[in-house]
Amino acid sequence: MVNYINYTSLILIFPLIGFLINGVFGSKLKSEKLIGSISVLGVSIPFFISSLILIQMLSSNIDERLYIVNLFSWIDVGSLKINVSYLIDELSIIMTLIVTGVGALIHIYAIGYMHGDKSFWRFFAYLNLFIFAMLNLVLADNFLLMFLGWEGVGLCSYLLIGFWYDRNFDKSTTADAAKKAFIVNRIGDFGFLIALFLIFTNFGSLEFVDVITQASVLQSGDELLTAITLLLFLGATGKSAQIPLFVWLPDAMAGPTPVSALIHAATMVTAGVYLLARTSAIFILAPFTMNVVAIIGITTAIFAGTIGLVQNDIKKVLAYSTISQLGYMFLACGVGAFSAAIFHLMTHAFFKALLFLAAGSVIHALHHEQDIYKMGGLKKYLPITFFTFLIAALAISGIPPLSGFFSKDEILYKAFSFGSFWYWFFGFIGAGLTTLYMMRLVYLTFYGNENFDDSIKPHESPKVMTIPLIVLAILSAIGGLIGIPHALGGTNYFEEFLEPVFKTSNSQLPFVFENITTEYLLMALSVAISICAIWYARNLFLQNLKKSELIKNKFSSAHNILVNKYFVDEFYEKIFINPIKKLSDSFLWKWFDIKIIDGLINNSAKFIQYLSSVLVKVQTGVTENYVQIFVLGVTLILLKIIL
Amino acid sequence: MIPLNYYLLFAAFLFSVGVVGVLIRRNAIIVFMCIELMLNSVNLTFIAFSAFMGNAIGQMFVFFVMTVAAAEAAVGLAIIIALFRNKKTINIDQINLLKW
Amino acid sequence: MTFEEIVFWSLVLVSGFAALMVVISRSPIASALYLILNFFCLAGLYLTLNAQFIAVVHIIVYAGAIMVLFLFVIMLLNLQDETKLRERMNWKSFAAIALSILFLIELFYIFIIKTPTPKIPIHPSSKEIGTVEYLGKILFTEFLFPFELTSILLIAAIIGAVVLAKKKFELTD
Repeated sequence: MVNYINYTSLILIFPLIGFLINGVFGSKLKSEKLIGSISVLGVSIPFFISSLILIQMLSSNIDERLYIVNLFSWIDVGSLKINVSYLIDELSIIMTLIVTGVGALIHIYAIGYMHGDKSFWRFFAYLNLFIFAMLNLVLADNFLLMFLGWEGVGLCSYLLIGFWYDRNFDKSTTADAAKKAFIVNRIGDFGFLIALFLIFTNFGSLEFVDVITQASVLQSGDELLTAITLLLFLGATGKSAQIPLFVWLPDAMAGPTPVSALIHAATMVTAGVYLLARTSAIFILAPFTMNVVAIIGITTAIFAGTIGLVQNDIKKVLAYSTISQLGYMFLACGVGAFSAAIFHLMTHAFFKALLFLAAGSVIHALHHEQDIYKMGGLKKYLPITFFTFLIAALAISGIPPLSGFFSKDEILYKAFSFGSFWYWFFGFIGAGLTTLYMMRLVYLTFYGNENFDDSIKPHESPKVMTIPLIVLAILSAIGGLIGIPHALGGTNYFEEFLEPVFKTSNSQLPFVFENITTEYLLMALSVAISICAIWYARNLFLQNLKKSELIKNKFSSAHNILVNKYFVDEFYEKIFINPIKKLSDSFLWKWFDIKIIDGLINNSAKFIQYLSSVLVKVQTGVTENYVQIFVLGVTLILLKIIL
Repeated sequence: MIPLNYYLLFAAFLFSVGVVGVLIRRNAIIVFMCIELMLNSVNLTFIAFSAFMGNAIGQMFVFFVMTVAAAEAAVGLAIIIALFRNKKTINIDQINLLKW
Repeated sequence: MTFEEIVFWSLVLVSGFAALMVVISRSPIASALYLILNFFCLAGLYLTLNAQFIAVVHIIVYAGAIMVLFLFVIMLLNLQDETKLRERMNWKSFAAIALSILFLIELFYIFIIKTPTPKIPIHPSSKEIGTVEYLGKILFTEFLFPFELTSILLIAAIIGAVVLAKKKFELTD
């Protein structure tokens, strides 16, 4: 039998090859089809290989499912030994499948969406580079290689947000949005790096397996572990757009829609959740951090959900929805339900990617119109888009038996049983908010009056775009079925599959007696609030638009706060950015840089110049003089030998 | 029987003569010949050692030194020709191309 | 004085004289001819050291090839007026000669007093070592790689010589 583990390196090589071909020769390749196919192959072949690995994994024993594939030694300096080696276990293979599977669909979609763009090849080169970096992130078996991937995806995110660097976005340019994303991420990366230093100085290794074994000896609540986990979590908040570092994600919508779907919804932003899951055995030993994670998660979920209610840009609503859903995942991590977080991560990847792609299809049909108040009535023009969008919206709202229902209820139930009533309560409110803003999108976009320009004749997107939509719709619909909870007669297969990865962290959790009645009650409540929210949304945004105006005017101050996103950007501007700018301008630049740094360099240069003007006299340029000095030197050396 | 030292001392003498030539002559071609002289004095020590130690490596070295000398002569003389064409002289006093 | 010693001393005297004349003689042609004489004597010295192969190759390469090249170049450049090259002895020349003599004394000191070499006869196996057969064998086994490298060196020299001699350089001066 073939051992597919041996082909692990191919998973990483194909996207890299795709990137190199498109990046180096892309501008010479005239055919969009060729560029697109190279890129799609670069993602779908890894998907195929990792599926084979998954099948092989499923047929082997539970305790034989962890493989470490060592490719080569990367750094070997003193006690620091870093290999480029990849860890294949249940968690990383699921992440790989999500990244490559959803990635492949989005690549196919992008062929249609980016049709006719002047730098088509550049887009696909970046996408493949992103996939390569993301695969490094999820497959790495040590922190440093993961950090490499982490920075790599950050770079690709920057490049792709600013892809249309000559366009404007909001009040500034896409380049500004890209810079914002990059700089905010740096703050998180700073935390991640400090955590790496702490880990290396204290445990002497950066390999996950080593670190976890050594850390698990320590007492629960150990200060060192708390510090490390808090710093890692800071990294996670940066990448996964949680409070306080979420501000970059809404601006990241400046990028092309497939990018928003792939990077800013399905894959990259979930890296933080993956980081927590990967190091769950350490996090579980730091109860303080766990509380912080849960509180930040649930706060972000509510906070972003409320902002999402009033945004008018279709992609921004989805962006805030992503932040909110990521908050749910962190809530799950915070209460110790890591497998529930990964489950939601997976289903979220399906339906959020679908939502973005469908939104992209709408934007495409309306010639880059993103304001939902200038849409409406698109149902009959874009039937496939409408239908798939609806499925995704219902899935995210948690309507059974669509995928979101299972994953979200899993989180809420775990929050209730491992965490506290309040976690559940706010999660529950958040679920209502989610449904409300999603349905607002559905009604304002696809129902009601046609508010778009008469000159625009909306048309359904080409097949290359609709087929990925349909596939993702099917996945969003049935993806949850692999995690049917025990209460509904399932076996919660997904959790069982991930069990070996989270064995250590699960063993630390308090024992909870499964109370089926409570679980039923919680499910019924969340379904009920979703249905209420759907009804309310229908009432407000379809039948009675005036009423929504009325409410808006009545609570105009609250509405104003929400529209302005709680003034977080302005707050950061005032508190951090402006003082730093002032400091940099008056002190760092005009005094320190010019006087000290430039002065140092200029004066040392002047000194050297003076020295040279003296020494240059030796350089006569006449060969003879050189020979004379050379012979003199030899004579002196011989003299030294004699004496 | 001639001791090893005689060969070495004679080689040292030849080398010094070469050095004097390089230092006092201005004609580039003669300077070049003096360099060949120095190379040959080194070859002589190599072969002397080789013979007295019964080791063939010294002779192999001489073989390679000859190759290098041949290559050097070819390139060096070509440079002298090129210089002469441009400057109409091969007086090394008047050639200060090494000056930056 | 044995025959061996007579040969050695006569070779040393002639070759030393020739070397001095290379440096002293005015005309480059004379210098070159004295150098050839010097080379022949050196080849003789090699023979006294049982290095037959090297002696023959030395004559072929140096006297036969390199020196002919020198003579060609001297004649090509037609250095008639170059004989007027004003090579007057000045203080620099004396300093150079003094330096060289110091250098020679130092070398003598090292060879004779500092690290005197043992008074041993020529190694018996040197007769066998100097043969073409023996040297050829190790040249193509132990020294195969450097031997192949010399081919690259020679190619580079050929190309370099052709390019340099052919091209008309524009010297900005």
